[in-house]
Amino acid sequence: MAEYNRPQSSEEFHRNFEQKKPLMNDTEAYYESSRCLFCYDAPCVTACPTGIDIPLFIKQIQTGNLTGSARTIYDSNWFGNACGKVCPTKVLCEGACVYNHQDIKPIEIGRLQNFATIRVIESNKSLYSPGPNNGMKIAIIGAGPAGISCACELRTLGYQVDIFEAKDKPSGLTVHGTAPYKITNKEVLAEMDYLQGQLGFQVYYNTPVSNAEQLRDIEKEYDAIFLGVGLGPTADLGLPGDDKENVIGAVEFVEALRMKEHLVQVPDKVIVLGGGNTAMDAASESCRMGAQEVTLAYRRSKDEMGAYGFEYELAKNAGAKGLFNVQPLEILGNGSVSGVKFIKTQSVNGQLQVIEGSEFTMECDMVIKATGQAKMGNLFALIEGMDLDRSKRIVVNPVTFQSTNPKYFAGGDAVNGGAEVVNGAHDGKAAAKGIHQWINNL
Amino acid sequence: MADLSINFAGIKAPNPFWLASAPPTNTGYQIMKAFDAGWGGAVWKTLGVPVVNVSSRYGSVNYRDSRMMGFNNIELISDRPLADNLREIEEVKKYFPDHAVIASLMVESRAEWIQIIKDCENAGADGLELNFGCPHGMCERGMGSAVGQEPEVLKTIVGWVMEAANIPVITKLSPNISHITDPGRAAVAGGTDAISLVNTFKSIVGINLDTYAPYPEVDGSGTNGGYCGPAVKPIALNMVKELAQDYITKNTPISGIGGIENWRDVVEYILLGCGSVQVCTAVMHYGFGIVRELESGVLQFMRDKGYNTIEDFRGKALPNVKEWKDLNLKHKVVADINVEKCIGCQLCYAACEDGAHQAIALSGDLNIRIPSIIEENCVGCNLCSLVCPVEECITMVKRDDGTESLTWAERTQRGDVPVTFNDPLAGGIGHHVPTPEDAIKTFKNRKI
Ligand SMILES: Cc1cc2nc3c(=O)[nH]c(=O)nc-3n(C[C@H](O)[C@H](O)[C@H](O)COP(=O)(O)OP(=O)(O)OC[C@H]3O[C@@H](n4cnc5c(N)ncnc54)[C@H](O)[C@@H]3O)c2cc1C
Ligand code: SF4
Repeated sequence: MAEYNRPQSSEEFHRNFEQKKPLMNDTEAYYESSRCLFCYDAPCVTACPTGIDIPLFIKQIQTGNLTGSARTIYDSNWFGNACGKVCPTKVLCEGACVYNHQDIKPIEIGRLQNFATIRVIESNKSLYSPGPNNGMKIAIIGAGPAGISCACELRTLGYQVDIFEAKDKPSGLTVHGTAPYKITNKEVLAEMDYLQGQLGFQVYYNTPVSNAEQLRDIEKEYDAIFLGVGLGPTADLGLPGDDKENVIGAVEFVEALRMKEHLVQVPDKVIVLGGGNTAMDAASESCRMGAQEVTLAYRRSKDEMGAYGFEYELAKNAGAKGLFNVQPLEILGNGSVSGVKFIKTQSVNGQLQVIEGSEFTMECDMVIKATGQAKMGNLFALIEGMDLDRSKRIVVNPVTFQSTNPKYFAGGDAVNGGAEVVNGAHDGKAAAKGIHQWINNL
Repeated sequence: MADLSINFAGIKAPNPFWLASAPPTNTGYQIMKAFDAGWGGAVWKTLGVPVVNVSSRYGSVNYRDSRMMGFNNIELISDRPLADNLREIEEVKKYFPDHAVIASLMVESRAEWIQIIKDCENAGADGLELNFGCPHGMCERGMGSAVGQEPEVLKTIVGWVMEAANIPVITKLSPNISHITDPGRAAVAGGTDAISLVNTFKSIVGINLDTYAPYPEVDGSGTNGGYCGPAVKPIALNMVKELAQDYITKNTPISGIGGIENWRDVVEYILLGCGSVQVCTAVMHYGFGIVRELESGVLQFMRDKGYNTIEDFRGKALPNVKEWKDLNLKHKVVADINVEKCIGCQLCYAACEDGAHQAIALSGDLNIRIPSIIEENCVGCNLCSLVCPVEECITMVKRDDGTESLTWAERTQRGDVPVTFNDPLAGGIGHHVPTPEDAIKTFKNRKI
């Protein structure tokens, strides 16, 4: 394997994490945009969670109205640039492109989107301004896609917006969680600066909201509150040996990579536990960090993985190997991890069963748990009358995103249990409209 | 074996593919290169009193990603001394005695015409083409289209030329006129041996949205140019047909010009009566090499149809180009969507619904994107099949059994045509039209 050498510098890191959807040049955008058929009631629009008028923005690129194109995108989605790069477009807009039905390459919607938005960001061309101050104040907890989108939309409606963010950067998992070959930190943060520059919401960084007192203060001071807190850290597996050194959660692993780049040490042999997109990301990231042997270990069969097929392909192409129908029993090691003890499994009538006596051990120097993030249950419990569903997701009205405590609205991963940036962007924007409606009794 | 050679009004050439008088025929070097590549003839860049040109001379119209769908120029006739051109004509004829070299001419006085004709004949030109077409620059000096637009003047000049010339004369017409038959008949009356058309159309191809100057820009300004390229072919074809069917001009050989780029274009011009064709824009776009495609395509067409010579199919489409009043009103086609091929873009729906006759229905289910034809509403206009991006997905199928024929002319004769505003004989009587409520979905609550 060893397709990738261990990156020794930031430059080498970025070479290993070369952008999967590089910026189009003018000529490519010109030809690609000319292929769009301008479908009636275009299926790509329906497939985009934020409902961007895709045929319109593509035609605007084709006719040299790049600023208008960016406006079309931002009118529907405040994370227009980030989404163009991190959206799983194969299963969203591009997956719905009618060209697929004649086995013709679908329009590269994500890259075209990025082509339009990057121009206005780089030239800092102002497209929006805050609405006239209406004297109302809204608090937002969490500066992720949902929170920032809600803030932008509220500012256009004239609300004063304060965001409380636990970390020191905006955009949530966009900058801390998405795979580095999808988008660079610089590009994510440039869009955040661009939005904040135009709309002027206030973000209080390094300010986690974690106790009842803080919440009561916020409730007193603000007219409504939006929760865009996402999900928590990687959930505990409850396995013996879970606490050994070099056993790390996938979300924490990616965050470290994105923040520290080549300074993160990834040893030779890595086992990634899980079968979702995060597991795929972690596996391919380990390969790109120079690990020699990366194994993706999943409890069920390959076909039952939650990950998109193309994400699995990407991990395989980076050098990861799949190991299916294995369940971890124990993480072995003396201080630091030295291996994982698995037992084989099989599906019997849809039920997963372990095969008695099939235990085996696989050596490794690092275990990445991509087995799901915890929910923010503790925080939610402090909010009176706010119902959660069985999976500890906040229950909201699907149109207004109002929770069962009318002062609280919520969206993004905290509501959907973990989806994409584009869903957070949609929810935040919709919730802002919901807040506006509720406050004005519309 | 199919034979491409022609005898056009006495000018012989190994094939009907000629270069039009334009930048590709500016020098003997280019023309020899073209002959070497397979072109059968060339009309030399127009000779006359040499001009001075501007810098920045061409503009184009692109359609989406297709470059130079339309092309315009503000270049004048040859800016090279006559002697250089004459020497090169002689040279070309030495290397290519069997190819057609035609001298295009544009001068003012009778004396000049007589002199230049003699010079060209001495140089060995196989024929002459009179440039009465240029719609820019030269016309401001009373030449080019200024002549082409005045049939009487044109006739007089053709007369001078016919008196002086001993080699075949082709009169090149300007399309910047209401009835192409007017200059066409004048050329015939003047005694021309052949006609070529069309020269370029007076045009502005675009305006620079920053400088507000038309393209091509010359130091912040511009002027109208002459328009050619694929975009003008349909207009040119119609003008060719007008002359090929006119009772005065129909026996005069026609060299067809206008947007020819591939073999299909060539065959179309020939089917409408042309004995040779001339190409300019396509060569300016792709170079002389495109002649390979023209030749191979025309030859294959001839083999497939069993033709031995160009004459075998020249003019074959003319009997089918009729007046509207002679078309069969009993003929009925309707659209048919091949559900296997449909990709669900619904362009046909948008086109028919907004642009035609509301004869295509959506399923009503977002997941089923394949539309269907409402046959009772379909008037057989073809629009859906034209906008459909998939090959052979929407076809027009014949619904009449072909036994009946009735034309407008016949109905008029019988007194069987609508004559009053609300005549019950109106063709669209009883045609389905949706209700106003269906039209104003976004303004549902609008009160009337
Ligand atoms: C490994 C990984 C890879 C991913 N890859 C992609 C991808 O390629 N494409 C894609 O579209 N999506 C991807 N996602 C999903 C995507 O990042 C999320 O769906 C999206 O970021 C959710 O937005 P959010 O605003 O709901 O939450 P988050 O992005 O999680 O943002 C929540 C914010 O709230 C802050 N916060 C939390 N609690 C508090 C508190 N108590 N007080 C103050 N602040 C708080 C957090 O610090 C964070 O900044 C990925 C997710 C992961 C984990
Ligand atoms: S936001 Fe994402 S899903 Fe929507 S059009 Fe853009 S790339 Fe496609």
